[in-house]
Amino acid sequence: MSRQSPTPKWRELAIGMAITEPGSSRYNRTGDWRSNRPVWKFEACVRCGMCSIFCPEGCIGMQKDGLPLANMEYCKGCGICEAECWTGCIAMEEEKE
Amino acid sequence: MAQRKGMEVSIAIAEAASACDVDCIAAYPITPQTHVVEHLAEIVAEGELDAEFIPVESEHAALSACIGCAAAGARTFTATSSQGLALMHEVLFIASALRMPMVMVVANRALSGPINIWNDHSDVMTERDVGWLQVFAENGQEAVDLVILAHKISEDHRVLLPIMVHFDGFIVSHMIEPLSLPDRDEVKKFLPNFVPAMRLDIDNPISMGPVGMPTVYTEAKMVAEAAVRGSYGPIVETFKGFGDMFGRHYRPVETYRSEDAEIMMVTMGSISETAMTWVDAQRERGEKVGLVRFRLWRPLPIEDFKNAVRGAKALTVIDRHFSPGGPGGPVSAEIKQVLYGTADAPQIVEFVAGLGGRDINMEDFDQMYGKTKAVLAGAPVPPFELIQVRGGHHGEI
Repeated sequence: MSRQSPTPKWRELAIGMAITEPGSSRYNRTGDWRSNRPVWKFEACVRCGMCSIFCPEGCIGMQKDGLPLANMEYCKGCGICEAECWTGCIAMEEEKE
Repeated sequence: MAQRKGMEVSIAIAEAASACDVDCIAAYPITPQTHVVEHLAEIVAEGELDAEFIPVESEHAALSACIGCAAAGARTFTATSSQGLALMHEVLFIASALRMPMVMVVANRALSGPINIWNDHSDVMTERDVGWLQVFAENGQEAVDLVILAHKISEDHRVLLPIMVHFDGFIVSHMIEPLSLPDRDEVKKFLPNFVPAMRLDIDNPISMGPVGMPTVYTEAKMVAEAAVRGSYGPIVETFKGFGDMFGRHYRPVETYRSEDAEIMMVTMGSISETAMTWVDAQRERGEKVGLVRFRLWRPLPIEDFKNAVRGAKALTVIDRHFSPGGPGGPVSAEIKQVLYGTADAPQIVEFVAGLGGRDINMEDFDQMYGKTKAVLAGAPVPPFELIQVRGGHHGEI
């Protein structure tokens, strides 16, 4: 369950499936079952950071230029950013593989 | 070798756990296991055993605490029965999946309802699939020996699984029996200090019990299958080591006068002793009967069983539990599954007896034997039969 392989063979599992490497949850991509993804129209973005604050996953960071950037490995597609964005620059679009 | 002395079996089991120098005991009292935990609490309170006795609010908490103890690297012991085992149900799977060595003695008792505190095997048989090793004791001496053996097996780094030692409630637990209780020094030679394979340690942090997503759950279950089945070798080896040291020998499948037997009784637990007396009487009359029973219930010693019954024309399987509306008792169901398709498999005649503490006596064995002989003489094989039931089992329901 660590970085080596997300699909280990049964003999490769640690005893009791214990996780022996601290912080290894970083390697566990939790966003792969998302069915919608947020898409930004940055021309309308005022860099207020509301999407970043309200994201329940904490996966939206603010870049140096002030624009938000979502880490899609962890985004679940909940749409809260879209709902909270008062400029309407975020639109949820269906995931197509 | 320790001298044999008369002792209540529950007290002897507690003394055996103490002789194993257990570090942690988390248990909740329940009839008929109560004397085991009461006496252990006493031993700890008197300072005879340096252990942590955790009084808990339920069996669910007891087993959860035991998992914590084992995870911390402690030699762990608990005891329960019936409703208590049922209350542990969901935690049982976790203890085995986390590969936590621990020993639990189970004073087998019927499950409610109607509420009943007496012996049968409905508690153990409903916990068949939890991934624990399971062994059966037929008397107090075996229960004591198996407690010591169980710690050694469970802590073996090739095994690392929790283990249940089953013994019949009241019939064994409350019996005063002459038995040989190995002292702490003898046990220590057989059972060295517990060396955990992994444990909770601040300096080397690990996470135990993470989620297993669909991508890995199947592999985790394969580990359970390989671990339980693979424990067979170390178990046999440990049985042998114990026999060499203490002179009492245990086998995964036990037989009695079965060499040329045409009909074999299959029993579990203390009724095996009644069955032996009955077999002796039949042998004197020239009947070719024998007895076979599972010492080891998980892993199921399939090959040993096939070898033990080879040559028999029929098996009379006596279950102490059954599934209403199902095909029969669990022991006979597993035997049928094991023997299906094998050449010259014996005929199997199934009975359910001794539910909720009802005695199984010689006449019951006579009756079951007679019905098995009738099948060998050409009578149709009857479906499983709940013997001793007033009003009769077969016929219109």
